[in-house]
Amino acid sequence: MFRASLQSPIFSLRPSAAKSLTASRVIAARYLSREARAQIQNAVKSSPLVLFMKGTPDLPECGFSRAAVQVLDLHGVPPEKMKTYNVLADDELRRGIKEFSEWPTIPQLYVNGEFIGGCDILLGMHQSGELENLLITSDIIPKVEEQAQASTA
Amino acid sequence: MINLADLEAAIRNALPVSHLEIQDQSSGCGESYAIVLVSEAFEGKGTLARHRFVNDLLKDQIAQMHAFSQKTFTPKQYQDLVAKQG
Repeated sequence: MFRASLQSPIFSLRPSAAKSLTASRVIAARYLSREARAQIQNAVKSSPLVLFMKGTPDLPECGFSRAAVQVLDLHGVPPEKMKTYNVLADDELRRGIKEFSEWPTIPQLYVNGEFIGGCDILLGMHQSGELENLLITSDIIPKVEEQAQASTA
Repeated sequence: MINLADLEAAIRNALPVSHLEIQDQSSGCGESYAIVLVSEAFEGKGTLARHRFVNDLLKDQIAQMHAFSQKTFTPKQYQDLVAKQG
């Protein structure tokens, strides 16, 4: 009898547990976009410089992402001022960041929470010198004199 | 698959074009394109605004591609660029 009373709630719980799980999934799907937006909002401000890319800086999984990492590396962006997110590891982020930035491609660069552009823009700014200016005025890399010292040291 | 002629038509219908290069870099599968677009419509607009304009214009096509790369110039900028390279 004791056994029976123990068992019955378990059996009766199962279907309802399954039901509440489905229900929470439906709710999750409905609020996903808002939640994802808030998460991305936090992500773009998680570091002075944030790069959404395919792969990681050590192992980029796309030529455009590789180019972006190389350009930032060339300017000596210090690791502590830079954060990268691998969109291939998170499909929700991969879709979400495109919507968030209203930008259709990866990589995407943010500096101080502001969208700068994708690979084409980054390379263009690198060639024109704008990128260096932006990184200096955004306090991500030191001014040229200090930089020269650092590189000879 | 994106057709090169469709891309060109979409661009030419949307803004005055003084020079346009469309390169299919996909070796034929139609999923990777690079364009060079020169238009007076870009006068006074920053790079980000120009790229956003093109992205929006080709929204449906870009969504179907694997890769899309663009360079946007005003006629004056393009002249300078060609002069520098020549």
